[in-house]
Amino acid sequence: MKNVTASMAGTVINVLVQAGDQVNAGQDVVVLESMKMEVPIQAEADGKVAEVKVHVGDFVNDGDVILVLE
Amino acid sequence: MSKQLEQTLKERIAQVEQGGEEKYHAKLKEQNKLFVRDRLKLLFDGEFMVEDGLFANFTAGDLPADGVVTAIGKVNGRTVCVMANDSTVKAGSWGARTVEKIIRIQETAEKMRVPLIYLVDSAGARITDQLEMFPGRRGAGRIFYNQVKLSGKIPQVCILFGPSAAGGAYIPAFCDVVIMVDKNASMYLGSPRMAEMVIGEKVTLEELGGARMHCSVSGCGDILAANEEEAIQAARRYLGFFPADYTKEPPVEAARPPKPDARDINEIVPENQNTPFNMYDLIDALVDEGSFFEIKKLFAQELITGFARLDGKPVGIVANQPRVKGGVLFVDSADKAARFITLCDAFQIPLLFLADVPGFMIGTAVERAGIIRHGAKMIAAMAEATVPKISVIVRKAYGAGLYAMASSAFEPDACLALPGAQIAVMGPEAAVNAVYSNKIQAIEDPQERQAFIMEKRREYQQDIDIYLLASNLIVDAIVPPSELRGELIRRFGVYGSKRQIFSERKHPVYPV
Repeated sequence: MKNVTASMAGTVINVLVQAGDQVNAGQDVVVLESMKMEVPIQAEADGKVAEVKVHVGDFVNDGDVILVLE
Repeated sequence: MSKQLEQTLKERIAQVEQGGEEKYHAKLKEQNKLFVRDRLKLLFDGEFMVEDGLFANFTAGDLPADGVVTAIGKVNGRTVCVMANDSTVKAGSWGARTVEKIIRIQETAEKMRVPLIYLVDSAGARITDQLEMFPGRRGAGRIFYNQVKLSGKIPQVCILFGPSAAGGAYIPAFCDVVIMVDKNASMYLGSPRMAEMVIGEKVTLEELGGARMHCSVSGCGDILAANEEEAIQAARRYLGFFPADYTKEPPVEAARPPKPDARDINEIVPENQNTPFNMYDLIDALVDEGSFFEIKKLFAQELITGFARLDGKPVGIVANQPRVKGGVLFVDSADKAARFITLCDAFQIPLLFLADVPGFMIGTAVERAGIIRHGAKMIAAMAEATVPKISVIVRKAYGAGLYAMASSAFEPDACLALPGAQIAVMGPEAAVNAVYSNKIQAIEDPQERQAFIMEKRREYQQDIDIYLLASNLIVDAIVPPSELRGELIRRFGVYGSKRQIFSERKHPVYPV
């Protein structure tokens, strides 16, 4: 299991993957809005999405788990 | 003189040059490490090498060269001084002669005004010798004193091949750049064993002070190399951007066009201010092909720092990376910028700022971390830099982010803008919210409210229109994106004669 975490505080504006999807390292998985900027969050490793922990509109802090990879 | 004397000498030289016992050489191989003299062969051009102190501590019998090689050689055809620990001799630890040799090569580099390279692989002080090597006037402290004194006079480069422990960890800390070999290099004040004994923490060496940690989290490392050969090549490449000392000009190479598949800048930079793009694409489109050499690539990635060549001439680039954390400036990115700007300014390397910055980060976490004083550090370093400096507002520069990226008030030689650039205290969304918050709340009909917001944003856009800013002489030129490289080359060319003393005084009171 590997966690993908938020790189900075912000609001989730787009979730680009769902549980079961195969993702590659470097792929955008969630987009945050912070400081009026779109901030894409990337998977750091290849893997299958086990669980998406956030919904559009959620506030996340730096380091919060966004999704879990198998 | 009898031939026998010469014969004996040659045998003794050969013996010392073999370093420590065979079992320690075998250990090097296990660790994917090279013997110190093989490292020097890779570092230097050809065979040329001048060495002092080969017979240091010879009479001790088991301490060849007292565990350190100090030598003068050539890198890229230019003279450099080197100190290199030999970890086959008492784990590269420092005795009295070791320290004296290091101090002497520092003095030599200072007198000759050439770069000094530290090849570090050492367990630290030899406790048994501490009275002789630790506390005195020419004890180990003197090495650090000299490093501080040499800083900014001559380039000081550290390659870390193994541990750099306790006091020894300050050698890299006082160098301009630290190249670390992944898995083998480490820096720490207290070892994992000591951490467990003294504070009760259980931690691996890699987590505590490994190369990857230092290059991505602490910022004590600048370049993470996969192996020793790569680390040594990185040092050679790095030195290719630097003059021998601060009074000379950085070396010029043959000019090359940007890489052939570099994209059109109009395509790279999105019109929408909030959409991320990859700043590396813009750098590729501007600089000579293959010339970009990044510093602190893994650390505070929302800001990019690195050397490159424009028409063959070295330039230091400080660029926001909108692809990471929106390109917002944080505590670490401010530190990274401050350090890099100071490095370029010390050695006559012109600075190019590529600004696309929403500002400094806000919120509890960064305020508690002292983002104001870290931001002040970056702004101070940038303000003080008297090398030719050009600021390009690529897309937007808001708030103190504008100041930090060398905008007009900080005496860049030019503040240039691309035609879509926006410069303001804050972006349109935030500004309209700030100014009209009460009015917006008071409008009950959602459609009407949205229409009001859009109208105010449009008005705001007009107020910060780039032609209005050029009309008020706030930017010096608006540059067609397709002509930006040529414009930068021409401008850095004419600014080359710039000589300026920033301010007469002893030294500033640095924000830290």
